[in-house]
Amino acid sequence: MTSSRAAFAAILGKDLRSELRTLQALPAMALFAVTTFVIFRFGLDRTQLSGSLAAGVLWATLLFAAVLGINRLFVAEREEGGFDAIRLAPVDRSVLFAAKATALVIYLAALELIAVPIFALFFLDSLAALGPLVAVLLLTDIGLAATGTLISSMAVNSRARDLLVPLVLLPLVVPLMIAASGATEPLMAMGGPGYHRFGTWLLVLGLYDLIFTLLGYAVFDFLLED
Amino acid sequence: MYGKGLKPLSIATVALLAVGLSLVFFYAPLDADQGFIQKIFYLHVPLAIVALVGFIVGGIFAIFHLRSGDSRWDAYSYVSIHISIIFGVAVLITGSIWAKASWGHWWVWDEPTLVSFLIVFLLYCTYYPFRYAIEDRERQARYASVFAVTAGAFVPLNFMAVRMAQSLVHPRVFATSTGGLPGSMMFTFLVCLAAFALLWVTLVKFELAAKSASGQVKRLRRALDAPSPGGRSRIAPEVS
Repeated sequence: MTSSRAAFAAILGKDLRSELRTLQALPAMALFAVTTFVIFRFGLDRTQLSGSLAAGVLWATLLFAAVLGINRLFVAEREEGGFDAIRLAPVDRSVLFAAKATALVIYLAALELIAVPIFALFFLDSLAALGPLVAVLLLTDIGLAATGTLISSMAVNSRARDLLVPLVLLPLVVPLMIAASGATEPLMAMGGPGYHRFGTWLLVLGLYDLIFTLLGYAVFDFLLED
Repeated sequence: MYGKGLKPLSIATVALLAVGLSLVFFYAPLDADQGFIQKIFYLHVPLAIVALVGFIVGGIFAIFHLRSGDSRWDAYSYVSIHISIIFGVAVLITGSIWAKASWGHWWVWDEPTLVSFLIVFLLYCTYYPFRYAIEDRERQARYASVFAVTAGAFVPLNFMAVRMAQSLVHPRVFATSTGGLPGSMMFTFLVCLAAFALLWVTLVKFELAAKSASGQVKRLRRALDAPSPGGRSRIAPEVS
């Protein structure tokens, strides 16, 4: 147990350190998100957003920015032999899944720390929605991280790496996006945040997180065999 | 060995389909509300149920494959998903026709079951590009099984999320309570459901038999040192 915890900390630390030093994924994700907001501003021809339109713009942008990061998640492992190292190490392979998913949650939180205030600055007339939005963001990040880690680890070992992640991931996270935008829509409603079915949507998000985290944990072993 | 029992199974399927369709057209009463077009219900709903169950069965075969490492289970899983996708195309087409006839539009976004089915269908459509993109045969089988298990767990979750996204749920022909359907309609429906389930099983067995035969031919050719025509083996799992 202690050895898995040490391995978890080591892999997570390695990932965060290498991301901090190379800055490969995060700046690209943030820049992509901000540019997408600008495109939505002209595509929709709106300077203010509220309700379902605000939720849609926010979640579509965050999702596509997340795909960029998910694409890169295992590239270093594949190119620098990290997969072989974890196979040789006498630790549980699921540790890699846990560490990578945690790293992804941290990346996504960092992305949202940049992108959501900018979104609010660009489009929202009040910041009241941002407080309760944190819960939605966090739960959605966990779900995205669980499915993203699973798909990314498979896609990275295929020929069509960059193609497979969006292709397989997008339909898989549709329920997550339904729940996330369902919870966000009343929060950003005109005239102050509402909480219509807020708890129910959080419950759906939590259920999705639980199922796909457990599933990823269970099947990840099979992806590292050979 | 997969061809065993295929002939009686095919005959039974054709017979049951014939019985089912004759019940649909000559026995089941006309729907008071929707008239003749409601009869597509006996085609659409059984197809959808069989396709969804087929997807989940594919996931269960994938679990067997992951646990045992026997590539035969992978072939079962692959063929189950394949036939279910073909059924899925039929479901979307018949659903569209029904939507056009009863609501006036080819596609209706506020019918949760139809939308859920589309999402599930789109997810399973990515099974093929996903599978072909992996070169190593053994790894391909393993990854495809992981996909099948994940997608199998996704099916019920997705139906729940889409159903909840509707602010008001349409009155439903069937799912509210089985008591809502008159006995003669229910009987016809159940016969059709059995017929399409049998059709699914028959088609799965046919594809497995075809794959096993072509695998045997290929092995014989290799033994005779003859070049094998075409390179389709990269895609589908081989059945020994």
